[in-house]
Amino acid sequence: MTTPQHPAPPQSAPQGPPQGPPQAQAYAQPQPQGQPPHHEQGYWPGTAPAGGYVSPIPMRKATLGDALASEWTKIKSVPSTMWTLGVMVVLVVGIGILIGTIASAVDKELNASALGGGFFGVMLGSICVITLGVLTITSEYGTGMIRTTLTACPNRVRVLTAKAIVFFALTFVITLACTALVGVINTALLGDLALEATGAEWFKATVGVSLYTATLGLLALAVGTLLRHSAGAITTMLGVVLLPVVVAMFMMSDSLSDVREWLFEYSIPSQLAVIAVSDGSGDGDGMTGWDPLWIMLILAGAALAGAYASITKRDA
Amino acid sequence: MIELEGLTKRYGEKLAVDHLTFTVRPGIVTGFLGPNGAGKSTTMRMMLDLDNPTSGSVRIDGRHYRSLRDPLKVVGALLEAKAWHGGRSAHNHLLCLAQSNGIPRTRVREVLDTVGLTSVAKKRTKGFSLGMGQRLGIAAALLGDPEILMFDEPVNGLDPEGIHWIRNLMKNLAAQGRTVFVSSHLMSEMALTAEHLVVIGQGRLLADTSMAAFIAENSRSYVRMRSPDHERLRDVLSGAGITARPASDGSLEVDDEDAPHLGELAARHRITLHELSPQRASLEEAFMQLTAESVEYHAHDGRPPEEVPPGAPAAPPGGRPGWGADWRKKGA
Repeated sequence: MTTPQHPAPPQSAPQGPPQGPPQAQAYAQPQPQGQPPHHEQGYWPGTAPAGGYVSPIPMRKATLGDALASEWTKIKSVPSTMWTLGVMVVLVVGIGILIGTIASAVDKELNASALGGGFFGVMLGSICVITLGVLTITSEYGTGMIRTTLTACPNRVRVLTAKAIVFFALTFVITLACTALVGVINTALLGDLALEATGAEWFKATVGVSLYTATLGLLALAVGTLLRHSAGAITTMLGVVLLPVVVAMFMMSDSLSDVREWLFEYSIPSQLAVIAVSDGSGDGDGMTGWDPLWIMLILAGAALAGAYASITKRDA
Repeated sequence: MIELEGLTKRYGEKLAVDHLTFTVRPGIVTGFLGPNGAGKSTTMRMMLDLDNPTSGSVRIDGRHYRSLRDPLKVVGALLEAKAWHGGRSAHNHLLCLAQSNGIPRTRVREVLDTVGLTSVAKKRTKGFSLGMGQRLGIAAALLGDPEILMFDEPVNGLDPEGIHWIRNLMKNLAAQGRTVFVSSHLMSEMALTAEHLVVIGQGRLLADTSMAAFIAENSRSYVRMRSPDHERLRDVLSGAGITARPASDGSLEVDDEDAPHLGELAARHRITLHELSPQRASLEEAFMQLTAESVEYHAHDGRPPEEVPPGAPAAPPGGRPGWGADWRKKGA
């Protein structure tokens, strides 16, 4: 275009705003009709109410409850949640029952309760929990949604807390339902072949395993917050789970046997085995009873502390 | 009302935003103009507390963004195209935002209707076109019926009908007394919507002025004359006390004279004219001139730099000589 089509305001506008920095003065037009320089009123069309626009939507302080409702809507409205949790249910329930079926077909008396069969399914299912934990935050960084989220809720501690609570509750409930279902079915399948599980064993194999798995997921969420990258964070988490076992397998030398033992014992799969299978009586050395859960809580807590520091300090 | 004071952002060695101080006032559309990479988006992200300023501050109605109680009810922002999860439907995207600020669910349907996305509300946003994405972003900005609206390049990807719609929307929002702050790299677009103009280049404030003043200042008119008898024409003009400026293409540019008068003058001296045309410089050119030295990414048209005709004013460093190469001197 060669001609400006903008209609000039009725009154010729005054020069740049009085608050303008010195540079602005260089471009300010000298007053043609010698108007007073500070003529702000004429610059504004008179339609504005005195106090500016006032929204009819009532103002009230947003709370953690609002953030929780928001995060719950978010997590249930993306297909990746359905996929990861769906695959997890199939793995935990499917493999758990498969093992129970095989054990009952072998028809040999077991020196353990029927609950141990659920462990392998949970081991594989935990990979889905890790994936969902990472994606809960990294999908926001990957898509740019995080900026929308933080604009709506500038309190970043609240955002991460709400995410952690919603994710933890969801994975805990799903894992609990799956492990309980597998436990009931396997107990029925095996009948007299297995030892009868005590109440404490039931509690550990269901609630204990679910708490452990959901806490492992929190660790993944924290790693995702720190790395902000889906593939990087999932790979890191798989490394955390698998690397100790793989490294230990290659430690052939006798001089490293202590390290090897330690790596095997405290690797995440054996932690999960302890919480799923051991009876909770603290005999022998190494991990027993609920120890793995305390270890995982400390790990996830430390990672979350780092995640809080990162999300509040860094640019979104 | 948004107040920026000495806002600065440094990425390592590079100063992305350099001591910006200006005020965005309610009741008008304020255009935020600058070439690509000038720091517009960084400035807007700092206004919303997404990026931490290296120094300086931003106040929204006198308060820091982080201390707003229900931010979506105070500030609505369209920051970038498609800042959301593509697997979520438009409705659920707006719903989760509404819930985080305690905005009633009915507003979700209202804003979807306002931007014309009701028919695709349940569809995943992954398949949205750029224009639909912009509309959804605008819906999110309007969700809390806020007093301040910030749009970063809102017309990007919109069709002519969409551009017309957003222009009117912004004007109406401002007429209701709201603060409307719109960034763009298109001067022509701003000339149609904005009443006030803030121009930045390489992070520095270049102009903070009303649009009318900017137009009056920069839409200079002049007469272009071309003659085979170039030197004589110049002599005759200077003899008549008229300053002619040689342009890069061999023509002469004359300010403050009307074409008939110049034509008659040439005829009296029997000088053949090949061209005598009144010209009006566009605002786009004025904007380019203003920001020429601060353009971050220079593109070249593949030709060797033009020869400067003898007697022409020296080219500004980094820019090609053109009309108004000296406008800065005139304005000072």
